[in-house]
Amino acid sequence: MSSSINTIAVVFGREFRAYFSTPLAAIFLAVFLALSAGLSFFVTGFFERGQADLSAFFTWHPWLFMILMPAIGMRLWAEERRSGTIELLMTLPVRTWELVTGKFLAGWAFTAVALALTAPMWFTVNYLGSPDNGVIAASYIGSWLMAGAFLALATCMSALTKNQVIAFIVASMAGFLLMMAGFDLVLAGVRSWAPNVITEMVQSLSFLSHFSRLTNGVIEAPTVVFFCSMIVLCLWINVQLVDLKKAQ
Amino acid sequence: MHLIQTSALTKAFDGRTVVDHVDLGVSRGEVVGFLGPNGAGKSTTMKMIAGFLEPDEGTASVCGHDVRTDPLNAKRHLGYLPEGAPAYSDMIVGDFLEFVAKLRNVPSGERNGRLGEMAERINLTEVWDQKIENLSKGYKRRVGIAQTLLHDPDVLILDEPTDGLDPNQKHEMRALIRSIAEKKAIIVSTHILEEVEAVCSRAVIIADGKILADEAPDDLTASAAQDKAIRLTVSAPEGEDIVAKLTPVTGKADIEVLTRVNGSASLLVKPQGRATQPAQLASKLQRAKIDVEEIGFHKPSLEDVFRQITQSKPSE
Repeated sequence: MSSSINTIAVVFGREFRAYFSTPLAAIFLAVFLALSAGLSFFVTGFFERGQADLSAFFTWHPWLFMILMPAIGMRLWAEERRSGTIELLMTLPVRTWELVTGKFLAGWAFTAVALALTAPMWFTVNYLGSPDNGVIAASYIGSWLMAGAFLALATCMSALTKNQVIAFIVASMAGFLLMMAGFDLVLAGVRSWAPNVITEMVQSLSFLSHFSRLTNGVIEAPTVVFFCSMIVLCLWINVQLVDLKKAQ
Repeated sequence: MHLIQTSALTKAFDGRTVVDHVDLGVSRGEVVGFLGPNGAGKSTTMKMIAGFLEPDEGTASVCGHDVRTDPLNAKRHLGYLPEGAPAYSDMIVGDFLEFVAKLRNVPSGERNGRLGEMAERINLTEVWDQKIENLSKGYKRRVGIAQTLLHDPDVLILDEPTDGLDPNQKHEMRALIRSIAEKKAIIVSTHILEEVEAVCSRAVIIADGKILADEAPDDLTASAAQDKAIRLTVSAPEGEDIVAKLTPVTGKADIEVLTRVNGSASLLVKPQGRATQPAQLASKLQRAKIDVEEIGFHKPSLEDVFRQITQSKPSE
């Protein structure tokens, strides 16, 4: 067990630093901060609402993550396969799940950095009024969990191809479908042929509905369990895909 | 005990058998040269021993650890250089080797010592702080080699370690392999036949996934010299019909003129019927007043042998 933790920690360290060894990290952080602030100030009217809360800010997170998480996850496996380093990595005395976990955690930690950098928004509402900080904390946790689910999905897609661009597009599409799973856009397509049980199952996959529950300030067990099991399931599939596709 | 042992190792891709029941044992102190045309199954065999590909049939073991049932322990005893020496191009040489050392569980107390030894022994000191993507091919290959030696493994598998290097770098790489050969079991794949003669104690020729020959490089060339042809250089002025002059001396034989330069002729004499010793022929020639400059059995090059073995294979 200690050797697994060691491996995960070493892989985590390399991947986390790798984000900062290219301009990718800076670009990502700049885009994320600019979009999340810009959208909440100018589109959802952060000031005009006249309310001391951050809902104008969190509303945009599912949409931002749908596009930005694939950008973080796309290189994790596709790049290993394209450059052939996967052969080096997988002939070291390590297990596939340790690699998958280490890489995922690195991306997730990077997301945490991005979220932490939005803290000035939080300070601002506290300066301007007296918001319910419990709701904001719950929203941050929910946002991070949802980002993890998007990221796990993206690393999964990254294991499918050597091409980062394809990984990015497929992951964004899959993310979009999961997000809209609670809406007629997706449900109508399912309802036409599937029994009610399946329609309801698909509906319950909706990232948007789960996230909106968290931003209302209620950390409900089912929602937390939903995002966590989404992550675990995607990582499990990821392990299978890596073992299956590594040599192709 | 063999440090590397494969038994009936088999792998097929899309129904095409790439490695076909390969049995191979390598002991400590041996350097086995893996030779074969492109697509012969060399890399696939090495990837299976290294634990990157799973065999369809049969298995391999490294230091007694089966790669199928005990892959982690097999990998712990192994250093593997994949084809092209891949490495994380965005990393700095020292960081990259430290990363591998950590995943190899080199204890933190020994780690710096090992890294320093690699820097010195493999001549990486001057590029230690550079990014891998900025290195020359020779340095990149050295980083790849250093990565395989960090944990001082008993078994080394090197897939084309000298491919793409210039002659000086090739020479260095061979010297390095020779210097570590004594304590390890090594498999090296290569296209270059002189390399096998230079570093390997055994040559294994593989084609269509099967082992066609497995001998010391010298034995391989010796056994290919089956027809006991004699190579002969005599002085022969321009324009002289040297074949006609020699025929009475050699008796019934095929005589082939290889080169004629500066009043000397190099010939290949293949006696028909009873074999002749070079010494006998030399004294006969002397009696016939023909100046012998050089004489001996014709020793085919490894290249001839390679072509002979990989092409004359009876079609199935």
